[in-house]
Amino acid sequence: MAIDRSVVEKVAALARIALTPEEVERFTGQLQVVMGAVERLKDVDTKDVSPSASVLPVRNVMREDEVRPGLAADEVFANAPKGGRDGEFFRVQQVLEERP
Amino acid sequence: MSAFPRSIREAAAVLRRRETSALELAELAIARARADEHNARLHIAEDHARAQARSVDEWFAGRGPGGGSPPTLAGIPWACKDIIGTKGVVTTAGSRILEGYVPPYSATVVERLDATGAVMIGKTNLDEFAMGSSTENSAFGAVKNPWRADRVPGGSSGGSAVAVAAGEALFALGTDTGGSIRQPAALCGVVGMKPTYGRVPRWGVVAFASSLDQVGPFTNTVEDAAIVCETIFGKDERDATMVDLPGDQLRRELDKGVKGLRLGVPKEYFSVKGMERGVEKAVRDALGVLEREGATLVEVSLSLTDHGLAVYYIIQPAEASANLARYDGVRYGLRVDGPDLLETYRRTRGKGFGPEVKRRMILGTYALSAGYYDAYYVKAQKVRTLIKAEYDRVFETVDALVTPTSPTVAFALGAKVNDPLAMYLNDVFTLPVNIAGLPGISVPCGLSEGLPVGLQVIANSYQESSMFRVAAAYERATPHHLARPEQVAA
Repeated sequence: MAIDRSVVEKVAALARIALTPEEVERFTGQLQVVMGAVERLKDVDTKDVSPSASVLPVRNVMREDEVRPGLAADEVFANAPKGGRDGEFFRVQQVLEERP
Repeated sequence: MSAFPRSIREAAAVLRRRETSALELAELAIARARADEHNARLHIAEDHARAQARSVDEWFAGRGPGGGSPPTLAGIPWACKDIIGTKGVVTTAGSRILEGYVPPYSATVVERLDATGAVMIGKTNLDEFAMGSSTENSAFGAVKNPWRADRVPGGSSGGSAVAVAAGEALFALGTDTGGSIRQPAALCGVVGMKPTYGRVPRWGVVAFASSLDQVGPFTNTVEDAAIVCETIFGKDERDATMVDLPGDQLRRELDKGVKGLRLGVPKEYFSVKGMERGVEKAVRDALGVLEREGATLVEVSLSLTDHGLAVYYIIQPAEASANLARYDGVRYGLRVDGPDLLETYRRTRGKGFGPEVKRRMILGTYALSAGYYDAYYVKAQKVRTLIKAEYDRVFETVDALVTPTSPTVAFALGAKVNDPLAMYLNDVFTLPVNIAGLPGISVPCGLSEGLPVGLQVIANSYQESSMFRVAAAYERATPHHLARPEQVAA
């Protein structure tokens, strides 16, 4: 599937980003060019090659599970959007339906 | 004192001779930052800097915390890329979505510099979330190159490069995901260094592409870069993606010279489309200098160099699209209210992110979406394995690689901002180094068309000492690191 307007709209919806029609138009053309360059990956033979998620030679880092002081709540909430604090909680819009 | 010192070493000596105080040096740096005409600064932390400087002066007067003499970085003014969290000092990542955000804690690298008495003067401008190669993608305006005001400084750490090049700070921190320290260092004529993946803690640094990001310094000299690295290197238990290696003694090979070293010259790094002749000439001249200093140059092949870009532009946006999912308008930053939560997310992110961030979110989400995950993301990870293996093979026969940092000198503002692929191609020599997790440094190697060119030295993983050794030998043999833009020298 090549990148066209509907793909950009669908993927932007998955990424939770509102785009204007002009942005959809512009990004479609630009991303077609970028994906054209990325297609070159198909030329590389990767039979029997394992994928690398990271080059770090470290796996499963463990530490003691200890209680430590957290951040100061007032400093954390100071960054909340206006009306975004409700006591010791962040306020969000209703997600679930009311009970009938 | 009125002249700004030329290096950390020089400033440290002046402070120790008590010819100036840390406060006087901080005032000078603040004045220079305020006079900056390149839009390099997003925030000047005057009170914060003065408070830090005063306590360093106490330290020099023998009234320091726990006694002892202050370390080399005590009283040294520095500038921090605004993607690195600073407790109590606004941190925006160059994005509207984080405008006004005040971190409740500092990044580990900042804590470590604070502990040495280094004085943070302020936060530097950058491409939004470090996505860019020209610092034109900042939500707070483009940065200009101090060598020529109609040129870009490179990116994404453009403001940090300019702060050092224009003599507004003695060092700066940046982050490098695909070249974001080395490329602006090259384009602004300063030293810029990316450490081996896993040597510097990223706790408190805004995450971009987590398998690639590293923090590193901009400095006037190679020795200064090693001094900063000695402070910021080393395991932090809050960052699980680190190797447990000590960070000290990075200067131990600085004076050894290159006699007897084998330096690899990857032929693919000289045959890239769009390579400027002036850049190639400056770099070839630099290779000649290293040879005269006693190094043996060996032509090597890194056949997958060209494919680095394709690997990078799958892995990096994929990781970024996951990392930036946290900007949802709930806990911090911008919120644009919609009729329901989903619409609030969409509007917040639609308004809060700039065009380049949106492009990469879409690209990354696409590469990770059902049906494309194996074809793009897993495929890119497999080619990443091959790229790393190719470097491993080359480092069996050479001590370090020497290459251009960027195929071009600083390009015109606006020239590539609407052509993402052309912009991305500027990082063709730096991003494979991130893919393989290697350390790399860019040092000034002369001018082309009156603009700086960078020589990149790449070493094997954890071999920063050898990398510094080669870079320092080159620096000693040439005067290029002393060249500064006219308006600064005047």
